[in-house]
Amino acid sequence: MNKPFATTLDVGSSLANHTGSWRTERPVYVDRMPPCNQACPAGENTQDWLYHAEEGNYRTAWESIVRDNPFPAIMGRACYHPCETSCNRGSLDAAVNIHAVERFLGDRAIALGWNIASSEERSGKKVLVVGAGPSGLSAAYHLTLLGHEVTVVEAGAAPGGMMRFGIPAYRLPRTIIDAEIARIVALGVTIRLNEPVEDIPALLEREGFDAAFVAIGAHLAKRVDIPAPDAGKILDAIGVLRELETGESMPRIGRRVIVYGGGNTALDVARSVRRLGEEAIVVYRRTRDKMPAHEFEVSEALEEGVQFHWLRTVTHMTGESITVEKMTLGPDGFPRGTGEYETIEGDALILALGQNVDTHVLDSIPGVEHSADGVVKVGPNMMTGHKGIFAGGDMVPSERTLTVAIGHGKKAARNIDAYLRGIPYVPKVKPALASFERLNTWYYSDAGKTVQPVLEDVRRRSTFEEVVGGLDETNALFEARRCLSCGNCFECDNCFGVCPDNAVIKLPDSAAIERSDSAGSPHSAPFAIDYDYCKGCGVCAAECPCGAIEMVPEEI
Amino acid sequence: MDAPHIKAGQTMNVEAKETMNVEAGQKIKFYQTGTLTVGNRLLDEDLRTVQASEERSNAITSGHRACQGCGEALGARYALDAAMRAANGKIIAVNATGCLEVFSTPYPETSWTLPWLHSLFGNAASVASGVAAALRRLGKADIRVVAQGGDGGTTDIGFACLSGMFERNDDVLYLCYDNQGYMNTGVQRSSATPPTARTATTPAVGTAPGNIFGTGKDVPRIAMAHGIPYVATASVADLHDLERKVTNAMQVRGARYIHILVPCPLGWGTVTNATIRVARLATESGLFPLFEAEHGEIVASSPIRRAVPVEDYLKIQSRFAHLFRPTRDDAHLAALQAIADKNIQRYNLLRNDHGNDARKEAA
Repeated sequence: MNKPFATTLDVGSSLANHTGSWRTERPVYVDRMPPCNQACPAGENTQDWLYHAEEGNYRTAWESIVRDNPFPAIMGRACYHPCETSCNRGSLDAAVNIHAVERFLGDRAIALGWNIASSEERSGKKVLVVGAGPSGLSAAYHLTLLGHEVTVVEAGAAPGGMMRFGIPAYRLPRTIIDAEIARIVALGVTIRLNEPVEDIPALLEREGFDAAFVAIGAHLAKRVDIPAPDAGKILDAIGVLRELETGESMPRIGRRVIVYGGGNTALDVARSVRRLGEEAIVVYRRTRDKMPAHEFEVSEALEEGVQFHWLRTVTHMTGESITVEKMTLGPDGFPRGTGEYETIEGDALILALGQNVDTHVLDSIPGVEHSADGVVKVGPNMMTGHKGIFAGGDMVPSERTLTVAIGHGKKAARNIDAYLRGIPYVPKVKPALASFERLNTWYYSDAGKTVQPVLEDVRRRSTFEEVVGGLDETNALFEARRCLSCGNCFECDNCFGVCPDNAVIKLPDSAAIERSDSAGSPHSAPFAIDYDYCKGCGVCAAECPCGAIEMVPEEI
Repeated sequence: MDAPHIKAGQTMNVEAKETMNVEAGQKIKFYQTGTLTVGNRLLDEDLRTVQASEERSNAITSGHRACQGCGEALGARYALDAAMRAANGKIIAVNATGCLEVFSTPYPETSWTLPWLHSLFGNAASVASGVAAALRRLGKADIRVVAQGGDGGTTDIGFACLSGMFERNDDVLYLCYDNQGYMNTGVQRSSATPPTARTATTPAVGTAPGNIFGTGKDVPRIAMAHGIPYVATASVADLHDLERKVTNAMQVRGARYIHILVPCPLGWGTVTNATIRVARLATESGLFPLFEAEHGEIVASSPIRRAVPVEDYLKIQSRFAHLFRPTRDDAHLAALQAIADKNIQRYNLLRNDHGNDARKEAA
């Protein structure tokens, strides 16, 4: 038989041809650290709770927040949201309004009375927390969840620390503070008020505590020597804010009040003065863009009629005016005097130049060291030089913000827990950052940020009503859905679609399935690469919107 | 047939409503809807792309010999899978000679999972006309015919057969996968190669290097001149648009033509992962306009979403490297930009109704 060769073989499929052998790089699914999570001082898994919120699972979203931070409603108002500063969407249109969604969830939890369940297992260990500020309460909360019995002792008449005595009510209503602290008390934390502690080791001994967390904050106002021969009225900002909170009636400070300083506290106090119906003038030694205060604080203050004198230092004060020296910025960014002076009318001066730690309670504890301004030395595990006594919040070296303090509480709780159990605390290894450059933003819809309602100006000049309003459910949902899911697969099917070789496999859509790449490292993407056919072109990685695929060189 | 651009708008609105009217607890993620991603397993079946489905026919299956990152392998699967869904899997494909034919059918293997014929380089349109006539004679009008070829087999070698198929209005959908040259024979110039591009036959030497200006042909517009029911351009960079156009075309009887831009990493000199990106830049720069025409008239075009100068498209391809090195060739860059500007004006590409603004959709 004389057949042509072309008819002698049966028809075969190209599936017999394993093109995977062409590959020099292989695509691998990865989970990366979203920048919002990386930036959060309290370590909130922002992307995770936005993910639940955008599906309308608000309770799950809220539970995700409170795993790390017991104060969502407070955070949504008073945190300076570094998550949003770092949000990759900010490089695309505008950062996701994360704090507004957090506030929405926090307020919903308060309205619906959601509570947190503590674990049934109790350790039998007792921990003392000194100071019922954000750091102390956060530590108490986490330690209770970890199974320990916690008592908080507080020198003041109400819990909350700087949340209550440092942040004005127009930014953080007191009902919100009360509700979120009540939830911690309901968990089983004992808070003893009006109880200044003089001798911590003695208290530990007397009541049988196994460890202590000290977070007494920084309440001593820094002062400068300003000559005031005519007995001009000089106050400190933190004292004024405290008096506003505790005083029976609104304090009478002056008609034209000068606030000296450029930080957030300076603006808090200036804006509070406006609300008392007085004029407020901020004097700061550098320029507007060098102010440590947040830009939104400055612009909101300007809207409310607070006046600013930048590049001025206060040199002298009488009963009716202050004398200031004009400054100029040197090449190093520091101000230098010009020798020119001017006079600003004003009958009271409030100093807002920062605070020091009142360390006298620590001085008696052997082994505890602190610097000249009272900042206490702690190890990487937050323990002071005295075994079993930990410290955190404004009194240890760090940025002094509410959220940093809350993060300290969590970190200290984990370390105290490890200390009590006699095991070392090993933090989870964090994945690499999901940077903006790794995203393919073409695939995201254009969706601008939702703007929160703002209280009208006239009411902001006369009342302590909350300035910024919340989002309603539609807005909050929209805002949550603006999340780009940086670094973590959101199941858009792009890789499955764009592979020229059909080499991407969909895995069953079930969270119960353990997913891992060929090298065994786990990932959350419900896809796998068929390495028999993948040629390693990298189109899947290039077209992945959120950067959840990495090209890894093949070993040859 | 409805005006396709209105249909597109309606599709988008349904999707937008699904997105925005979601009640608490409904499982739809915003960033997966109203976007340009391939799919979303949480959406209703009929709102997903064909490519998002595990049920897609994979008309061209794994193991084919296309280069890494081949735009044509991708474009052919996109188009044929959409046609297969529209025709309930009843498709016969006729293939011209070219990369697609060569890399999919080295004897004795085939990558095709649908009935597939190959005859000569230039006669795909005529063979397809014959297949359609036979099916009509057999009373099997439910089986649809697709002819396909590269730009060489379509705009050069098979052009007479293609024009004949058009003028007879034979019931065939002709898909041209345009990679702008004869790639599998070693990157020679075709009548779809753009001006200044370096190929084996238009080398980057002399005073006016690369392919010369004033040559080539615009086959989609020539197809329109035949007055056939449906003509469209599409790109592997816009899957939703491509699938919608193929689906539109399958709802019509008579001669139809879709011209799909399929970048070639080898011939264009791009990195293998840039296939979709370079196709996207072709559209966003205005060099490859996406439009639809019915009976010789333009009925819709896709506006540019993020406009870029042609340079952004050119400089990631080594076939245009001589425009930038050793010295910048401003005159030729300006001439290429002028081509894009002409397209932008002709097809009204710079208008603000691209429909990807989630808030606008919600309104």
